[in-house]
Amino acid sequence: MSPDHSSPGAGHAAQDRAAGHATFLGMLPFPEAAERAVGDSQLRHNLRMATRTIRHKREEVVGELDDWSALRAAGKAVKDRTLRHLDTYLERLEAAVTAAGGRVHWAADAAEANEIVTGLVRATGETDVVKVKSMATQEIELNEALAQAGIIAYETDLAELIVQLSDDLPSHILVPAIHRNRAEIREIFRDRMAAWGVAAPEGLGDDPRALAEAARVHLRERFLRSRVAISGANFAVADTGTMVVLESEGNGRMCLTLPQTLISVVGIEKVVPTWSDLEVFLQLLPRSSTGERMNPYTSTWTGVAPGDGPQEFHLVLLDNGRSDVLADEVGRQALRCIRCSACLNICPVYERTGGHAYGSVYPGPIGAILTPQLRGTASAQEASLPYASSLCGACYEVCPVAIDIPEVLVHLREEVAASPGHRAEKAAMGAAGWVLGGERRLGAAQRAASAARSVVPRRMPGPASAWTDTRDIPEIPEESFRAWWRREGAAEPAPGADPAEPGRSGGDEEGGRR
Amino acid sequence: MSGSRERVLARVRAALADVPAGEAPEDVAVPRDYAPAHDQGETTALFAERLEDYKALVHRTPPEGLAATVARALARRGAGRVAAAEDAPEDWFAQAEAEVVRDGGLDVAGLDRMDGVVTGCAVAVAETGTIVLDGGRAQGRRALTLIPDYHLCVVRGDQIVAGVPQALPRLSPARPLTWISGPSATSDIELDRVEGVHGPRTLEVVIVE
Ligand code: SF4
Repeated sequence: MSPDHSSPGAGHAAQDRAAGHATFLGMLPFPEAAERAVGDSQLRHNLRMATRTIRHKREEVVGELDDWSALRAAGKAVKDRTLRHLDTYLERLEAAVTAAGGRVHWAADAAEANEIVTGLVRATGETDVVKVKSMATQEIELNEALAQAGIIAYETDLAELIVQLSDDLPSHILVPAIHRNRAEIREIFRDRMAAWGVAAPEGLGDDPRALAEAARVHLRERFLRSRVAISGANFAVADTGTMVVLESEGNGRMCLTLPQTLISVVGIEKVVPTWSDLEVFLQLLPRSSTGERMNPYTSTWTGVAPGDGPQEFHLVLLDNGRSDVLADEVGRQALRCIRCSACLNICPVYERTGGHAYGSVYPGPIGAILTPQLRGTASAQEASLPYASSLCGACYEVCPVAIDIPEVLVHLREEVAASPGHRAEKAAMGAAGWVLGGERRLGAAQRAASAARSVVPRRMPGPASAWTDTRDIPEIPEESFRAWWRREGAAEPAPGADPAEPGRSGGDEEGGRR
Repeated sequence: MSGSRERVLARVRAALADVPAGEAPEDVAVPRDYAPAHDQGETTALFAERLEDYKALVHRTPPEGLAATVARALARRGAGRVAAAEDAPEDWFAQAEAEVVRDGGLDVAGLDRMDGVVTGCAVAVAETGTIVLDGGRAQGRRALTLIPDYHLCVVRGDQIVAGVPQALPRLSPARPLTWISGPSATSDIELDRVEGVHGPRTLEVVIVE
């Protein structure tokens, strides 16, 4: 393999690719996007296999801890304490990071964050940066902003790499390329790797091991010579100024350790008060997200450590709508989210539509409450999201910080219904009709969701009643949701079988994607 | 400091108008009735078992067998040249045939040419099969255990705690920490776990009891 992949030609092609990066802006409202996704049988098959696998793994490792509910209560309370006194903790964090040799920047919105990061990268004189997966930087579309400044951001997480190479959009918080199967990934690597750096090896197969090896070779040289990295953080400890990043592949360690300059873009809600609070989240997060007792690598760092790792550290604290979420006493709980993605994996609506239908980097149940709060509900896309749910309550049941997603959904529906503007309302009704009209679509999953009986009001309160009065909320039987999944999952489905829709032929799963 | 500090803080404060002025952070109760550790088995055996779940190679030895265990592991791996921190004990390598290169600021290319790295650790967590490195004795800087494809880690029995809540008080947040639970892995392709992407693809652990 020739290491010479830094030729101007390759760089230029990469820049073209970066400039043409896909965006969530202007996407279809939920019902239309969902209809499309559901028509894509390959996508549905990939999603169902993946979410089923991860649900089982999660249930197993969560079941090992007899104090899970106590951990969950503690996680919720720590986050509530932080949020109710967020100004105090942000100032503490700033002081601690600064004392440890880091620099803290404050960004009110996406544009300001992008400007700050672009300026910091420019100051290093570098035009290439490596990136470790970060939801916040996707939210602000940092890669596009950097591309406009002539800076290429290389995604290094395997799934992010797949998304970036195929000019696609992430569809899952934890596994952004969950909608792609191994054959598709091989095609993407074969066709696109060369334009971004080291080409895929001749005769690359679709064994996940071979694909992971191709990614290792593709990124190796880049890691070893990159001088600037951009990351997010899972947690930021106010008392000590410590950043925490959980990952699996080692790409995070590469980015956090080898470059000279590290820039971390972190949402203001990521703060936790003390070092010992991590004992709660380091148990909740890995088990809830990847279904592992612990993820392979967790890195923590505090400012700059002489002789070890980046000697320049910048923390960019991002608001970008979070203070608006904070202002809503019901919606505020969405900021407790630790992005584990358990609510996506359990959601019967997500399993059928995939992540793209939600039109945001935050898909699934958490996206349905976070996106409309971050962006407001003025446009059809955001207004439709609170209706992208059957309110079955499974998301609340699995959430490691006990976010009552159905409660926030109902609250947001009221807000949409009360707001003037026909367009938004129409889109919202469309989404509601799509979900509620879908006895066939949601099948047994929805009918079995009895765990949520208490959270589904017979009649939506307030202005939302205008439409619930004329529609029945689906019947929810006695069997608990968890019992249903356990029973359903006991028999591994043959490819093509659709256990949630026993009456339907599985033949539609066989076709290729597009 | 740059950017909109005052603006963001003002917005946050305005958003929290419902929080009573006299409320202190500690007034928001945090119930801590979770367990410091779970009763999942004898600590050392549990640690070994959990490591094996991650497909790490595990050995248990009394102190006098350590040098031989290290030598055998390196020979089996075919490692002719391994890196080690400057303060890694000499007697770990007493029987090893491999050349031991002490890290006196090797550059990344130099580290990339190593067949592996041998370190100690700061703390280990049995329940989760986790080794924590803090750059202290026998561990070196973070790059040392990142670039070579093979990591052999020596863990003393008294470094192993049962659960995560017992590990944190033993660690200083001021030092850069790396928590390692098995070899590097990915599940990004159809949720199929594959060991070995960018970090060391083989993790071997020697527990000294
Ligand atoms: S809302 Fe809860 S379950 Fe969903 S991603 Fe956030 S923390 Fe996880």
